Amino acid sequence: MFTDLSLRWKIPLRVMGAVLGTAFMVTAALVAREYEDTQRALEAHTQSLARVLANTLITPILHDDIWRAYEILRSARDPDMLGPDRQAELFVVSDAESRVFAANRPKDFPVGSELASSWIASPELNHILRSDSLEQHVVTSENQSYRIVTAPLVSDGIILGHVLLGYSKRFYLPRLTELVRRALFVTLLVLALVLPVSWVWAHRTARPLLDLARAMSHVPNALDAALAAPLPAIGDEIGQLGASFRRMLEELLKKQALEQQVAASERLAAIGRLTAGIAHEINNPLGGMLTAIRTHRRHNDDPQLGEQTLSLLERGLTQIRNTVAALLVETKAEDRPLEPADIDDLIILAEAEAHAKSVRLLREGGIDGPLPLPASLVRQIVLNLLLNAIQAADPGGTAALSIRTEPGKLLLSVRNDGAHIPEDQLGYLFEPFVSGRAQGHGLGLWVVYQIVHQLGGGLSVHSEPGQTVFSIEMPYEMPA
Amino acid sequence: MYRCPHYHRRMDTSQLNPLRRRCLLATLAALATPSLLARTESVVRIGLTPVFLDDLASFIARWRRWFEKKLDQPVSFIQRGNYREVVNLLRTGKIDFAWICGYPYVRYRHELRLVGVPLWKGRPTYRSYLIVHSQAGGQRSLGDLRGKVFAYSDPDSNSGFLYPQYSLLSSGENPARFFGRTFFTWSHRNVVESVAVGLADGGAVDSYVWETLLELHPDLVQATRIIERSPEFGHTPFVARARIDAALFSRFRDILYGMASDLEGAALLRELRLDGFAAAEPRLYDSIARMAKLVGQY
Repeated sequence: MFTDLSLRWKIPLRVMGAVLGTAFMVTAALVAREYEDTQRALEAHTQSLARVLANTLITPILHDDIWRAYEILRSARDPDMLGPDRQAELFVVSDAESRVFAANRPKDFPVGSELASSWIASPELNHILRSDSLEQHVVTSENQSYRIVTAPLVSDGIILGHVLLGYSKRFYLPRLTELVRRALFVTLLVLALVLPVSWVWAHRTARPLLDLARAMSHVPNALDAALAAPLPAIGDEIGQLGASFRRMLEELLKKQALEQQVAASERLAAIGRLTAGIAHEINNPLGGMLTAIRTHRRHNDDPQLGEQTLSLLERGLTQIRNTVAALLVETKAEDRPLEPADIDDLIILAEAEAHAKSVRLLREGGIDGPLPLPASLVRQIVLNLLLNAIQAADPGGTAALSIRTEPGKLLLSVRNDGAHIPEDQLGYLFEPFVSGRAQGHGLGLWVVYQIVHQLGGGLSVHSEPGQTVFSIEMPYEMPA
Repeated sequence: MYRCPHYHRRMDTSQLNPLRRRCLLATLAALATPSLLARTESVVRIGLTPVFLDDLASFIARWRRWFEKKLDQPVSFIQRGNYREVVNLLRTGKIDFAWICGYPYVRYRHELRLVGVPLWKGRPTYRSYLIVHSQAGGQRSLGDLRGKVFAYSDPDSNSGFLYPQYSLLSSGENPARFFGRTFFTWSHRNVVESVAVGLADGGAVDSYVWETLLELHPDLVQATRIIERSPEFGHTPFVARARIDAALFSRFRDILYGMASDLEGAALLRELRLDGFAAAEPRLYDSIARMAKLVGQY
């Protein structure tokens, strides 16, 4: 494709195109002009010749002197003057009955033959020959190849016949070929002169652009190499472009460094939050358990207290174990496929909570049959999201579960119309121990995220005033 | 082969006479008396017709100068558009000699004196050729030209008019109605061109002119084809007006007869494609007279 060509080719080709286009236009204009001039001159010349012949041929017609008429017609065409195709080439005299009296080409127009049945006779011409018109007329021959000038032979007001002069409508063809040949020659000459110049010019023009293009090709993978590449040190637009590009590179490098710093500090912050969350979750039961152990030491003779202490320790340790288990979500375990009944169970389980909070629970869609997805994990994430939604909804508000399937995909979404999640919290929403509420340990969404992620699905949140939507997309293998 | 007995006898005398006459002329010129000079200053007028290729102006100029030198007298060639004008000039005494056709000669033979006859291919005769275009395959005789366009050379030409008229009459046709259209070209050369370019379908032409043109303009003549050759007729005669000065008549006759034995004269004859001019008896033209009589009846 031309558009994909390098500038070092494009520029000479465009110069060539411009030269050829100009040559074509100029030649066309010249040819058109030449054609008009020649035609006008030819017609005028033919008409004046017809006038002369019309006068000269009266005597031969009156004297019935066919030979004399032929001699006049024969000599009317000058083979040397003007060139054979720039004067009339057909000369015919007809008598009063429109029969051929004589012609310079007797084989085409035999003496005595009807002019009306000859190859030049058009209805228009026949009409003129029959009419009383004393004027000259110009008509086109029947086969469209000749222009015919007619002039009546008038003696004492009587029309004795007509003289017909014809010239070929293709008279300009030899001239045309000549003009085109000359234009072609000049064009080739100009091209021969212009091409080397445009070649050098194209290289000089293209080199800075090519340098720039080479330097830019290193972005974004090797910014250092791009910065080191030679750039045009000139003052024109390309030079300015090079300078701008260099500034852009420097900015890009700065931005890259800054982003690396930000990413590192954010990672540290996340680790800090996670550590604080874990410490807090473990510290809470630990404090109660240590107090219980100290109380037991002081009153170690009370068997009832011992039993109480042990059960408190057990509860505390169980809480810690649960917290740790929640952090290490495991999806590898064998599980049964998800069935339509599971969805019904989820609604029933969430119903009680919704009822308690006076929240309307809606269900949209469902699944038609069992899907090859781990049922207990899906139940866990949907229940987590549903309970969150009911919690988030205002009393009298609505929470909704929407389920549908696409080939190879389960699409779930849970929404509520409660207060929306502020934008600055959205980024940390799925981190552990982050909770928008007073109750809860803040691991619900972390678990949801871990399960969806490990099942190869996607999770997105969309929250705006009046509506918060969690959407989940979970792929499964289609049964063969 | 036809041989005219008179022609042989007169040839002998014709070769003697110019020599004798030239000696006399040289003596007269040397004396150069005013009266004689005055006589030689009067112009000899010679009429020419298209019985030969009379459109070769440079040849005619050279021939005129040759006559002037031989006659030692100014010579003027008179050329006209047709035979009749030249013959009338001769009959009214406006010119002294003329090279005309056998047909007007037999018509006015009592008003004219026969000077000599050209020898062509060794003979004082020629024919009429009826020609058509070489590509006109279907036309093999004069009868095939019925209703066609026909070119005559001159109404006073034997070969170019009288013979075809006679030929048609002989075969029971009316010459005035046989052809669709006829016209005169006023010269034999133009008859050939008319047929060659297709202006006429057929034409009648002098065999001497046709054969000569075949050498000079083969492309033109080869576009024509002969469909009929007439019998031989007496060749186009040189004639003098009836009341010509006897001395001038014999002087001119001797110069004409001696043309072949003169160096320059022989060169001019070669250009004419003739062998010379010789004496002839009026009887040579009797066949033309018979045709003229028959045609004249209609």
